[in-house]
Amino acid sequence: MSNDTVTLDNVSKFYGEVLGVNRITLNMTPGITSLVGPNGAGKTTLLNLICGLLRPTRGKISVLGIGTDHPERLFTKVGYCSQFDSFPKGLTGFDLINGYLRVHGFPAKEAEQMTWAAIEKVNLTDAANRRVHGYSKGMRQRIKLAQAISHNPSVLLLDEPLNGLDPMARSEVIGLFQETARNGAHVVISSHILHEVDMISDRVILMNNGYVVAEGDIHGVRDEMEDHPMQIMVRCDKPALLAAHAFQQNRAVEVKLHEDGGGLVLRTRDADQFYLLLNRVVLDCKVGIEAVAPTDDDVHSVYQYLITNDGGKL
Amino acid sequence: MNKTPTPEGTNGRDPNHHHPPTEVESVAPPTEESWRDWPWALWYRQTMAILRLEIKRNFLGRRLIAVYFLSLAPISLLVLRALLPLHESELGNPGKASVVFAILYQAFTLRLAIFFGCVAIFTNLFRGEVMEKTLHYYLLSPVQREVLVLGKYLSGVISAITFFGLSTAACYFLLYAPYGWTFMEEHFTKGPGMSHLFAYLVVSLLACLGYGAVFLGIGLYVRNPIVPAGLILIWESFNFLLPPILQKISVIHYLQSICPVSLPAGPLAIMTEPTSPWISVPGLLGVSILVILASSLRVKTLEITYGTD
Repeated sequence: MSNDTVTLDNVSKFYGEVLGVNRITLNMTPGITSLVGPNGAGKTTLLNLICGLLRPTRGKISVLGIGTDHPERLFTKVGYCSQFDSFPKGLTGFDLINGYLRVHGFPAKEAEQMTWAAIEKVNLTDAANRRVHGYSKGMRQRIKLAQAISHNPSVLLLDEPLNGLDPMARSEVIGLFQETARNGAHVVISSHILHEVDMISDRVILMNNGYVVAEGDIHGVRDEMEDHPMQIMVRCDKPALLAAHAFQQNRAVEVKLHEDGGGLVLRTRDADQFYLLLNRVVLDCKVGIEAVAPTDDDVHSVYQYLITNDGGKL
Repeated sequence: MNKTPTPEGTNGRDPNHHHPPTEVESVAPPTEESWRDWPWALWYRQTMAILRLEIKRNFLGRRLIAVYFLSLAPISLLVLRALLPLHESELGNPGKASVVFAILYQAFTLRLAIFFGCVAIFTNLFRGEVMEKTLHYYLLSPVQREVLVLGKYLSGVISAITFFGLSTAACYFLLYAPYGWTFMEEHFTKGPGMSHLFAYLVVSLLACLGYGAVFLGIGLYVRNPIVPAGLILIWESFNFLLPPILQKISVIHYLQSICPVSLPAGPLAIMTEPTSPWISVPGLLGVSILVILASSLRVKTLEITYGTD
């Protein structure tokens, strides 16, 4: 097993007869990896398996070459921001992180410095001496993040880390993830906020009903989905002419003209060839182009295509 | 703690609170190699960290109200007794007090207070955290599961012996208080008072260690520890009716052997030779260690599935 990847080899987890995840084989390299899927898709189970809170029914998991049954080595490298929204009673934010670092084995002085560093990263310094049970949802989310990053882990597992955060805090936290990934860490994020995931992920793992339905760079995944013609929106002054050329050259399977007459939405099985055609039409027919944009190569569209039988409609 | 020693240095902040250092140094986490080189130092630091967190929880938890009641109940009774005038027959025979204390200790403190106190404290160590959904706090740390079990167990022992050791000592003094200071001074300096008290404290400690290990294990292996605790209570309570070989499969048998004043077992009891302290003490400690090791094995395979627990 590789020493710089998070590897799952044919991993399955069953809760009695209930499927958690099934036959998952993944190899995650450093950078931001997003787990995307609806409730019950198996995202949390997968994260809990990677950090050893659950044991796989079948298969093997290795995190930077460390098996998940060696917590004393694993958690020197792994930080986990779980979905569990419960904390040991009576602790302040400072006590929570400091106690966690002391249990790691850090001496008192180092633990205190690292605690403040983590708390400052999530902007909770002013609330550090208040009891966690009095925190708002967003503050609890941030203190969990502080706990996860407090020991500078190489693998950061984040289960719905953006839940409960206001837009400003989300932006700050996303910046923190990006900085962590830029420093060479693995950041694995489970989220259902697809557009934010889409913006920050180096790769996406799409899950449904306990299975990985697709993985990789989202645009690459979209390109490989030949069953679902790519949808492209073109704003131009001669949409009917463009549509005619597209059908004539067999570059479109469906076209819908905009009601205002200022554009069209087109579905094509070969986007590259359509773009070449578009160039020719623009030059030959003097078509004025205002905008060209694919409309269904984001995570949300790809995900909808993968988990439903919807072939996509204009 | 980064406490500022003088009011001038606090910048208006509460000196009892933690404050961020003015400069945060970059601190490298301990490497695997250094931990491997110094495992005992690391395990010691980790155990102490667990103790600090757990002892606070053990004394402040709402579930511990019963423990406070059990440890304070005999004290309250003896305070009342000390306030009321003693019967003439008692005043004339202070030696009888040692038998009264032996009855109180063996019938109530040992069989009920320490027993149920240990049920409340030790089953709560892991099962309570599963119920409160907080166990992942520890399980996400790079701590050997054996160290985690040991830290929690020691925190339980410290809490239990604080409750019941203090209760035992207070009861012992209160029982002799009505006889006056002169008698007490003589009893403790020239008589058997101090050695008896020491023996009772040792028995209390061993009871906390033995029952503590058993109930910690039960809390890990059984979802509802009340049923097995009830069965053990019946076994321990009616142990004297069992054949000698079965009597030895109990904690109470060994503890009674160490008690300084033995009590008549009653007409139905099957007489058994008391076990020598040289066997009782190491035997109880050995069994406790075995149960703790078995508990560690369970924690090694523990999964966090709060929803199904």
